This record gives sequence, structure tokens and C-alpha cells, in this order.
Amino acid sequence: MSKIEVRHVYKVFGRESQPVMALLQQQCSKAEVLARTGVNVGLIDVSLNIEAGEIFVIMGLSGSGKSTLVRHFNRLIEPSSGQILVDGEDILRYDEAQLLALRRNKISMVFQGFGLLPHQTVLENAAYALLTKGVARNDALDQARQWLDRVGLAAYEDKYPDELSGGMRQRVGLARALAADTDIILMDEAFSALDPLIRSEMQEQLLALQSGLHKTIVFITHDLDEALRIGNRIAILRDGQLVQLGTPSDILTRPADDYVQRFVEKRAVQPLAG
Amino acid sequence: MPDIFLQFSFADSINQFVSWLVREYGDLFHQLTAVLLSTLLVPLERALLALPPLLVLLIVAGLCYHGTRRKSVTALMVGGLYLIGCLGLWDKLMQTLALMVVATLLTMLIGVPLGIMMSRSQRLRWLLVPVLDVMQTLPTFVYLIPVLMLFGLGKVPAIFATIIYALPPLVRLTDLGIRQVDGDLLEAARSFGTTRWQLLFGVQLPLARPSIMAGINQSIMMALAMVVIASMIGSRGLGEDVLAGINNMDMGKGMQAGLAIVILAIVIDRISQAYGQDGRLKRTVRQKRKAGVSA
Repeated sequence: MSKIEVRHVYKVFGRESQPVMALLQQQCSKAEVLARTGVNVGLIDVSLNIEAGEIFVIMGLSGSGKSTLVRHFNRLIEPSSGQILVDGEDILRYDEAQLLALRRNKISMVFQGFGLLPHQTVLENAAYALLTKGVARNDALDQARQWLDRVGLAAYEDKYPDELSGGMRQRVGLARALAADTDIILMDEAFSALDPLIRSEMQEQLLALQSGLHKTIVFITHDLDEALRIGNRIAILRDGQLVQLGTPSDILTRPADDYVQRFVEKRAVQPLAG
Repeated sequence: MPDIFLQFSFADSINQFVSWLVREYGDLFHQLTAVLLSTLLVPLERALLALPPLLVLLIVAGLCYHGTRRKSVTALMVGGLYLIGCLGLWDKLMQTLALMVVATLLTMLIGVPLGIMMSRSQRLRWLLVPVLDVMQTLPTFVYLIPVLMLFGLGKVPAIFATIIYALPPLVRLTDLGIRQVDGDLLEAARSFGTTRWQLLFGVQLPLARPSIMAGINQSIMMALAMVVIASMIGSRGLGEDVLAGINNMDMGKGMQAGLAIVILAIVIDRISQAYGQDGRLKRTVRQKRKAGVSA
């Protein structure tokens, strides 16, 4: 059983989804639908399986639907149709309480914009998920302290987020997600806002942590280098459709179409980072 | 000349409605008056009047210094209040203060929850915005009369009139403050399984605090502007002297009481603003100032 299964997921933004869904079933592309109905389509018939313990990268340019897709996994966004299974359970059937439990115990998330609370200290932010769950304050702070230590921020626990650099803030974000002690971590362009040096440091740190933790990590990026470096498998999205899914070497040696080919070529021209 | 205006008036129906209200619910409103007076206003006023002025000045000094951390501001505020005492207006100052405190407390009790509800419901917003506009622009005397008929003369109708006048900015600024909270932050909080209440008390209200405090500050200022009108319907306090000054062409007396109201306004404004500021911002400013001195 896969950790996360996505089956034929469509996402149409706005209320009038029925006629648009009909168009999409007739193989209309995102651009055609937009031209004919004025409706923005996020995802078109996306199906994929994410296995336990892997780092699964979802890659694509902006507007390709990658951030939309990842928000379906914890239902921050609801699909227009399709199924999403986490540990074999259809999370779209979950009621409010089950959804809360899913977000508290099974899936945590790291955001591109960090999403830290400015009025709370680094330590309180790192403990946010635990405090939300109702863990006793002292226990929560103790656990958060350990995770801050592991991401190298032990000395900063009493600072506030606006006193930290971008890289440090994202470490807090990572500590918060790790402290939540969930099997699955979603990372939405988590390192994209950081400068290149810090970014590769963070990638290394993530890989080092993962080698001991074996979480299921869904990592969103628009950067092929990043995808190749950290991904066990990579899914490439274009205009809301899945164009290729494979291991890094599959992508490099057998690009599925011109779109993927261009990504790979562009990379080949650049000096290799790692 | 041909008249294009249809002739009608709804004055009679309003009159009928008000007298019906007074007839049917007059007792209820008078009971409300009595309760408000005996449980809140009178004890507070008595307590304030019974306190030695020196103690009141010390309390104000403590509050002011705790809020602003500046000796000069504290000295100015206390000096201003002392001056009011010198003018022989201390007791009236305390009466006005009691009225302000009760009116502001009730305004907050109504305004903040209303603002929260408004930020959550677009429909309620459509409904409330015009009502708030009317509350703010309707001349005070128009609703003072029905309020008087319902509550009788005295402090309670003054408080209700003050609430009507002072409520809109607080509701608006609470609503605005909550709506302005960064959507990315709300999403991040929700992704960790935050309930609506946790979101409200843990994220939205703390981040909206500066805006809400600005609303409370505005409400207090507007309430102070009602002091003179409140005196016209029989509440005691500084407004009394202004009114007497106007009635007897005693400009000096009116001016003194007016000055006292202004000083009270400044004192309350500074203290409430000081508490509205972000505590951490204040700390950094203080550290910078210290660093500047030592450098």
C-alpha cells in the first residue's frame, strides 16, 4: 500500500465546475478551457502514488499546479473530482474532526513564506503543532527545544522570527514540522526563497535528517537541480497535467517530452552544483 | 407651480413606535437602568471619590510609567491631573472618569465580538456597515430623545448614547485588524490542525491587537467628546461646568472645565496607546535609546 495515492484528481477553480469538467474529459488543455470558459483549471487528471519513506519531488514551473496539488494532500484545497488516499483511507470522506486529526497527527507542512507567527518566540513557533494538539506546555517546549537543537538553532529559542535570517526562519519551519512527529511532511518550495549557498546547506541538512528519520517527504520545487539532488522519485507537472514520473536518472536519460527535455538541457549548460 | 414632490411623513409612525416601546418595555428598561447603576456605576464612582487624590495620582503615574517607560511623559500626565485638582474640579473629574470607564467597558464588550463576527461573515458585514455609518453620522440629539424616554434622565442614558456614538470605530477596526492578518499565516496555522477557536485566539486576535487597541483608543476619545452632551441629560461631571458656563455666559468657568476634559483625554489617550503598542517593539526602541546614550 502506498503512503499517499492520488487517483484522477481534477481541480477547477471557481464554482461552475460541471461544464468545465465535461470539457476536460474531452481532452481540452488548460489554455483551451481558459479561452472558452474563462475558468482557471488547476489540475487535470493527476494520478500518482507516493511510497512510505521516500522523498518524492513534484516539479514544474509556476502555474503548473504543483502547489495546488500538494495542498490536496491535507485538504487545504478540495479537489473538484478524484480520490486521495492516505494510508489507504479516502481523506475526502473525512469529517471536520477526522481532518483535524489528519493534520495534527499524520501530515505536517513547511511553507515557502515560512508561515511563522511573528508574536511568538522561535521556541513557541517550533512547538506550535504540539501546543495545537494539546500536548502539555512544558512537554511541548521540551520536544521543540530538541528539534531546534537538531536543526542548529538551540541558541535562538528566545528570539522572535523577525530577528532571524531567511535560512534560520526556514529551519524553525522545519523544526516545527518535525516536532509535529508526523509520518508525512509536505514541503512547498521550502527552500526557494533562500539564497543558493543557504539552499544547498538546507538540502544537505534535510538529507542528513531524512537518513535517520525515514519520513515520507513530498517536496515541491521549480528547480531541477534541487529535484535531482534530493528526490528519490520526481514527478513533473505542466499546465496541471503530469508529464513524467520517474527516478532522477529516468528524467535525465529519457525525458518524456520537449518540456522535460528543455529542463534537462538548461541544466546541462549550467555548471553543476552537486 | 407644479409640485414634483410626493407628500408623506413617517414622523407619526416613529412616534407611535417609540411610545409603544416605552409603554410595553419601559419597566424593563428602567430595571436595566437600576441594575447598571447599582452594580457598576455607583460603586465605581463612590470608590473613585473615596480614594485619596494622592493615591489616584500615584496609580496614574504607575500605569503611565509601566506603559510608556518614560519619566517625562509620566510627569506631564500627572502634572495635568494635578492641575485639574487645583482648579477645584477633582470630584467632577472622578465622576466623568467613572462614566468613561463604564461606557468604554460596555463598548468593548459589545464592539470586539461584533467586529470578530463581522470579519467572519460577509453577509453580516453588508448588514452592519450601513448601520455603523448611521450610528456615526446621526446627530446625537436625534437618538438622545428616545433613549431618554426609555431610560429616564441621568447617567444611564448618557452611557447608552455614548456607546452608540463610540461603538462604530471599534467594530470597524476590529474587523479590519482581523481581515488584515496574512492569509499565508492562516493557511500555515490551519495545516497543523488548528480549530477555529485556536485560530481566533492564537493567531487572529494577537495579530489584530494593534488595530483593536487603536479602535479602543478611538472609542475612548469619542466617548470623551460626549461628556458635555451627557451633562445636558443630567449626568454629573466635568460637562456640568461647561454647560453652566455656557448658560451663564461664564466663559472662564466653561473654559476651565473644557481644559480639564482635554487633559483627561490626553492622559487616557497616552496610556491606552502605550498599552496598544507591541511590547517587543517598545523594548527594542528602549534598547536603541540606551545604546544611543552610551555611545
